[in-house]
Amino acid sequence: MTDLATQAGDAAPLPFQAQLDAVAPTLPGAGQPWAATLRREARDRFRTLGLPHRKIEAWKYTDVRSLAKRDYRPAPQAADGLSDGLRAVLASDRQEAGRIVFVNGHLRRDLSQLEGLPDGVSAMALADTLEAGDRLVADRLGQLVSVDDRPFHALNTGMMADGLVLHLAPRVVLDVPLNVVFLTEAAGDAASMVCPRVLVVAEPGSQAVIVERHAGVDGAHYFSAPVFEVDVADGARIAHYKLQQEGDQATHLATILARIGRDATYDNFVLSVGAELARNEIVTRFTGRGGDCRLSGGYMARAKQHLDTTTRIEHAVPDCRSREVYKGVLDDRARGVFQGKIVVSRDAQRTDGYQMNRALLLSRNAEIDSKPELEIYADDVKCSHGATAGEIDSDALFYMRARGIDEQAARNLLIEAFVLEVLDEIADPAVREDFAEVVMHWLDGHRND
Amino acid sequence: MSAVEETIQHVDAATGGTYKYGFVTDIEQETAPKGLNEDIIRFISAKKEEPEWMLEWRLKAFEVWQAMPEPNWAKVNFPPIDYQDAYYYAAPKQKPKLESLDEVDPELLRTYEKLGIPLDEQKMLAGVVAVDAVFDSVSVATTFKAKLREAGVIFCSISEAIREHPELVRKYLSSVVPVADNYFAALNCAVFTDGSFVYVPPGVRCPMELSTYFRINAENTGQFERTLIIADAGSYVSYLEGCTAPMRDENQLHAAVVELVALDDAEIKYSTVQNWYPGDADGKGGIYNFVTKRAACRGRNSKVSWTQVETGSAITWKYPSCILQGDHSVGEFYSVAITNNRQQADTGTKMIHIGKNTRSRIVSKGISAGRSDNTYRGLVRMLGGAEGARNYTQCDSLLIGDQCGAHTVPYIESRNPSAQVEHEATTSKVSEDQLFYCRQRGIGEEEALALIVNGFCKEVLQVLPMEFAVEAQKLVGISLEGSVG
Repeated sequence: MTDLATQAGDAAPLPFQAQLDAVAPTLPGAGQPWAATLRREARDRFRTLGLPHRKIEAWKYTDVRSLAKRDYRPAPQAADGLSDGLRAVLASDRQEAGRIVFVNGHLRRDLSQLEGLPDGVSAMALADTLEAGDRLVADRLGQLVSVDDRPFHALNTGMMADGLVLHLAPRVVLDVPLNVVFLTEAAGDAASMVCPRVLVVAEPGSQAVIVERHAGVDGAHYFSAPVFEVDVADGARIAHYKLQQEGDQATHLATILARIGRDATYDNFVLSVGAELARNEIVTRFTGRGGDCRLSGGYMARAKQHLDTTTRIEHAVPDCRSREVYKGVLDDRARGVFQGKIVVSRDAQRTDGYQMNRALLLSRNAEIDSKPELEIYADDVKCSHGATAGEIDSDALFYMRARGIDEQAARNLLIEAFVLEVLDEIADPAVREDFAEVVMHWLDGHRND
Repeated sequence: MSAVEETIQHVDAATGGTYKYGFVTDIEQETAPKGLNEDIIRFISAKKEEPEWMLEWRLKAFEVWQAMPEPNWAKVNFPPIDYQDAYYYAAPKQKPKLESLDEVDPELLRTYEKLGIPLDEQKMLAGVVAVDAVFDSVSVATTFKAKLREAGVIFCSISEAIREHPELVRKYLSSVVPVADNYFAALNCAVFTDGSFVYVPPGVRCPMELSTYFRINAENTGQFERTLIIADAGSYVSYLEGCTAPMRDENQLHAAVVELVALDDAEIKYSTVQNWYPGDADGKGGIYNFVTKRAACRGRNSKVSWTQVETGSAITWKYPSCILQGDHSVGEFYSVAITNNRQQADTGTKMIHIGKNTRSRIVSKGISAGRSDNTYRGLVRMLGGAEGARNYTQCDSLLIGDQCGAHTVPYIESRNPSAQVEHEATTSKVSEDQLFYCRQRGIGEEEALALIVNGFCKEVLQVLPMEFAVEAQKLVGISLEGSVG
């Protein structure tokens, strides 16, 4: 890809360009030379890459031109108050280690609970660390996994104003989930955008369970481009569960980056039910032997929703394992996309990789596009992948009908069984239960159709 | 013959020379001037005594080609091709018309003998194979015409078909692969010189397997052959295509277009053994094999089966495809692709399901050795009307040595809930246990490897017609030579 700019060049002027330049001097940490450089380089990169289009292989199935149709402006800071719909998202009586809430991309201390985190766990607002010139952030932010060709990662880096910096000291264990919640309010009739950023640094031997949630107001046109970066040092274990419940007119284009050290474990699960157009792009890279990476998730879409899961696992060193399991249910005119790539480098011998995507189509107009990809340069490897697409198994349906279960009930049971199976990939029982509730709620919507 | 004996023989045959077809036949050639422009196309068209409509069609294709950018999406690397630095027409100089084989240049016959084609009519009767041998650009001899004519089958060179059966050619030519389909297909339309044409009339089962042997001989010529096979309602034909090329330092371009049309209840079986010169161990020389092969299953219950064994060429870039338009039509793709040294292969298939209850099956076996790269790239698309369609895909890759690459890039698109798509792929290396087992029983390392790889490819090799199966097994051994130890 030599010249993406010229390929995109025939389109209208690049969206977000004006916003990028305008907000730059006002962003937290604008006075820090390293932060200014990081953002300037990102701005340049976004300018070069442009808005992706379907001629670019990685965006073959997902069309984001709709972003150019609205004038997205940085979401206004909502200092207090919260609409009822979003307040319901926070209503939870689960035991949690802590909760950090961002509204329109800015930390809301009044809604967050950061007291009581164990010693060795520090949760800080990104804005504060940028202003203070925090060493950790200066060293690690945007440095873990280089992704030069991802425009929305560049856009986030260029515009990030706030977010979470979580640091786990060596051998600290945080085994009850820490909730990180991003809420977006409607900005009147205007279209708004947020670029939240999370940096997690898990020092050697530390452990944590993080639940990331994204929700917003239905009917509001907003665009969220979050970036979640995690550094899983040697022997550390991070479980990262994400729930995407954005508003029904939202565009959510997320990037998740993980560096996995020696004998470290990164476990990711994404349940995607919201937004009109959403993409979760996950890139993980092993940097030490014995690493373990599990990426899994469920996507459930109806109406004209478009949900895209794109993953890339880089086996750069020997003796690592990766496992991917995704399942999707698509109704109405919805479209699901799965692009998974496993790259095994020349000396990454004894790699064990597995990848599976299964999609269930409930409607004549639904569509699934799968592209499970293997790129292998080492010979002593065990890699396999699979993909299936189809409707409800007619034999199973017949079996239930023969036992007196009416067709609609039988269908619902089979859909439920299909989706709930993938939730077994979630190790944390409380999170699994919460996510199952979201799935059941979605299925209720299906039943009421 | 036992499998072991056979393997030993194959390896013996291999030790004689790395590429046993690497000789050049020295016969006087008639070539067009180097380069590519409208005049060359007029020259080719005039040489072939083509009607006016054909020339116009070619010129239009040339215009289309000039406006197209060269594609670069495949996972292959090669220096830019200078399309002006090649001859687009090369024909052996000889008497204008041939009555029988005796009139063919004996030098030419010897070449074919070295290749092992039983062109001799007597041998042909024993082999029951009709060969339309393409020597560079001109089809020099077509055997078994009489017997085929009796059955009503038309099997001739495409240039002859343009002259003798213009109605069929005009109806079907570029109806499967449009002129502007892709860069190399457009180039082929403009400059193709020869190829085979087959028409099997309704209800006829072609009495023998048809075969064409392609061979690039002249230096700096591209071979742009064009094949068109039409199986009319209820007919059956099995077509065999084999390729070799002499050893040369320069890279030669081969940009063929093959179109198959199967009407109601018709079946076409198309088998290829591709053994073009792959270049030397350092990747110098070799054929660029950029081919467009596509079948249209137009009729109800029609069936097209592609089987390919790809062992040659420096770069292979091809995707024999099926457009499953007729209800209940079937597409199959069986492939073995072996790359060694610095070879690059980016191959696979496309199955486009349009009709109801259409079925497709893909079995691909990729073997990479040396410093080569082997990519399976395939598309399975279920369109909205493909009610009850089924696809099953299996891609297995085998890696030999730690300097090669094996890649799998499937695209699976489904727009019909009643369509079922299944895709499975695995990548592994040659089992140490199996190698040890063979070695322990006194089988040399190379023989053992050939044996194991032949076993790995069994599912594909067993669907090849008899004539090809033996050759293909040998090729597996030859191609992997020097990849162990």
